[in-house]
Amino acid sequence: MSGLYSMEKRNFDRTLNLKAVKPYGDTMNDGKVQLSFTLPVKAGPEAVEAAKQLMKKMGLNNAQIVYWKELTPGFTFFVAYGECVHSVDYTAIKVPKITVKKMSMQEIDNFIRENIGRKIIVIGATTGTDAHTVGIDAIMNMKGFAGHYGLERYEMFEAHNLGSQVSNEEFVAKAIELNADALLVSQTVTAKDAHIKNMTELVELLEAEGIRDKVILIAGGARITHELAKELGYDAGFGPGTFAEDVASFIAHELRRRIDKNR
Amino acid sequence: MTASSKLGLDFNKVNRARELARDIASDVQKFVEHHTTVSVERTICRLLGIDGVSEAGIPLPNVVVDKIKEKGLLGDGISLYLGNAILETGLSPQEIAEGISRGELDITELPMRNVDSIKAVLEPLVDKSIAIIKSNREKRENLIARLGEGPQPYLYVIVATGNIYEDVVQAQAAARQGADIIAVIRSTGQSLLDYVPYGPTTEGFGGTFATQENFRIMRKALDEVGEEVERYIRLCNYCSGLCMPEIAVMGAFERLDVMLNDALYGILFRDINMQRTMIDQFFSRIINGFVGVIINTGEDNYLTTADAYEAAHTVLASQFINEQLALIAGIPEEQMGLGHAFEMNPEIENGFLFELAQAQLAREIFPEAPLKYMPPTKYMTGNIFRGHIQDALFNVISIWTKQGIQLLGMLTEAIHTPFMSDRYLSIENARYIFNNLRNIGDEIQFKEDGIVHRRANQVLHEATELLEEIKKLGLFGALEKGIFADIKRSRNGGRGLDGVAEKTENYFNLFIPKMLEGEKA
Repeated sequence: MSGLYSMEKRNFDRTLNLKAVKPYGDTMNDGKVQLSFTLPVKAGPEAVEAAKQLMKKMGLNNAQIVYWKELTPGFTFFVAYGECVHSVDYTAIKVPKITVKKMSMQEIDNFIRENIGRKIIVIGATTGTDAHTVGIDAIMNMKGFAGHYGLERYEMFEAHNLGSQVSNEEFVAKAIELNADALLVSQTVTAKDAHIKNMTELVELLEAEGIRDKVILIAGGARITHELAKELGYDAGFGPGTFAEDVASFIAHELRRRIDKNR
Repeated sequence: MTASSKLGLDFNKVNRARELARDIASDVQKFVEHHTTVSVERTICRLLGIDGVSEAGIPLPNVVVDKIKEKGLLGDGISLYLGNAILETGLSPQEIAEGISRGELDITELPMRNVDSIKAVLEPLVDKSIAIIKSNREKRENLIARLGEGPQPYLYVIVATGNIYEDVVQAQAAARQGADIIAVIRSTGQSLLDYVPYGPTTEGFGGTFATQENFRIMRKALDEVGEEVERYIRLCNYCSGLCMPEIAVMGAFERLDVMLNDALYGILFRDINMQRTMIDQFFSRIINGFVGVIINTGEDNYLTTADAYEAAHTVLASQFINEQLALIAGIPEEQMGLGHAFEMNPEIENGFLFELAQAQLAREIFPEAPLKYMPPTKYMTGNIFRGHIQDALFNVISIWTKQGIQLLGMLTEAIHTPFMSDRYLSIENARYIFNNLRNIGDEIQFKEDGIVHRRANQVLHEATELLEEIKKLGLFGALEKGIFADIKRSRNGGRGLDGVAEKTENYFNLFIPKMLEGEKA
């Protein structure tokens, strides 16, 4: 076990180098990482050694197993610390991002009035077998989430929240019926990556109906990133921490861009 | 019930609220009593011994009931045709079902005997299954007497691997760590199936299919680990959805101990038709009541869509209604796990005091009920460290206000279904707090006219006003107006309405009187 005060020599370069960024505990480049995991073995010195060896393979030096407990016969839980040998080149990172202006509800409504001149029709649903509506409700319902009103509250959006467990077929039929400008798909329960298959199927259906290019297709959910959504053929993906105005602003600007392009 | 209240509650108001809820419930019951559903009739099939699937994999209770439904005879009830077929063919209900499934028998075409003789031939079959269910109840009582059980609040954890055999490993581990109740989460989407899948299953999404075989496998595993830890471990599953009474009866046959049972939940969150599910709920609650199952109601879910601070009174109003609907179905207060939740925004100043007021309010109004208290989910962010503290505050309120069933929060809520280690950390959290604060509720009083007092009385007042309004609208009307959870549902919308029929004068269900009578005995 480590003592309360670290007396180790710190014989490493303690200046920040963005070309080789390492985790930070209390000293630049100390590489300290905290983790916990369970191994399917009984508790004992062998289990601790197994955990240490595994950490070594993860690139974590000076592994310290600070706590362990046999959860049930044959399964041991560890809390551990180590020093990461790896680093990343932060300067070389490029992440696809949604670049939209942060705007308030009123600014967005005004933008739509001036640039589009009519209400934008949006339909949203949690599709497939997923029954969780927390995400789509936060974006669409009048009340919104954490003080951020949902699309139903916007004067320049006509928002239709179809709820949960909507099949892709039903969803597409509704999009055609309402002549929707934008489609919001929420995916919360994503066991065994069911959401990927479901989201892909929707794109295929839209293509088959010949309306993929006519709609702005957006995915949202706990495990959705913009990168993943783009990969699956969506126009944008919104992860945790998204509010209605982020989505609204993206839709308004994207619709404007498409109108300009078609002129 | 003692008249003294730590919250300075006006019990005249509580009594008024209860009266209103009674009127609302009996209004619903008038509708229920004149109708039946495919699911109710399939339940009768199961009670009469029909089980298994056809060659095409369709459950035999569905095969049998669909036969009378196709001919527009659902309102006569399946008992009439099955009993008549027994008289005419001399076959058992199971053999009759198999005959129908092979296309060799049409029970609607047989000459019809007189109703008294039909009832007489069914009588011994009814008594036989009543006896099986009763013996399961006694078996539970004997096991609890011999092994003992954990103190309340019971520690309730979920397993959700999708594979019943993996669930067993997780469930036994949880019991060894201190869990009192194991709930096997169902595969997402099962509530919308108008049949119950058959046999052991190893593939589910976000949970494991509720099947009678899966119930049996888990029951055996929990009995085994119960002997090892010398504590009776309760098994929980979900009656909600399109098959409420069927799952209730499977739970009765396999000695489940706790069952989610709330039609309002299905209406609001699964868009199940309100007429269908209120009829289903009545029979499912009669079965749950008779076998000694603790039902859990789903008020907590309202707060995942509506705001927990603003909509607190809707939870209380719904608890009042659920209490009365349960009483009509013969469920004693000791088996009413009325639901509520710790779901207020953690940013609210004094939020803890408001949660405390709500939990104490439920405790005082439903003094004998093993209240089901649900953990924070809506404001769990993925910051597991903060989440563990949110769960700790939730545990403090539970022991303080003597909740009955503590659905343990997981620090990894909103990230994944629980790991074995998540469950361990969460049980350790609760046991530490429950032990360390065991009698805090007996020691600490609330300041007269302080924040807690004022909040509790305000919620009670608002709930009573809401019940006045619901009484005017009727429960169905209130659901149409979106009074609960900010969700509107129409009387003729949603799933399952085509499985409802008005009872004809030929209709009878021999189980209901016997079960209600047995309950009182």
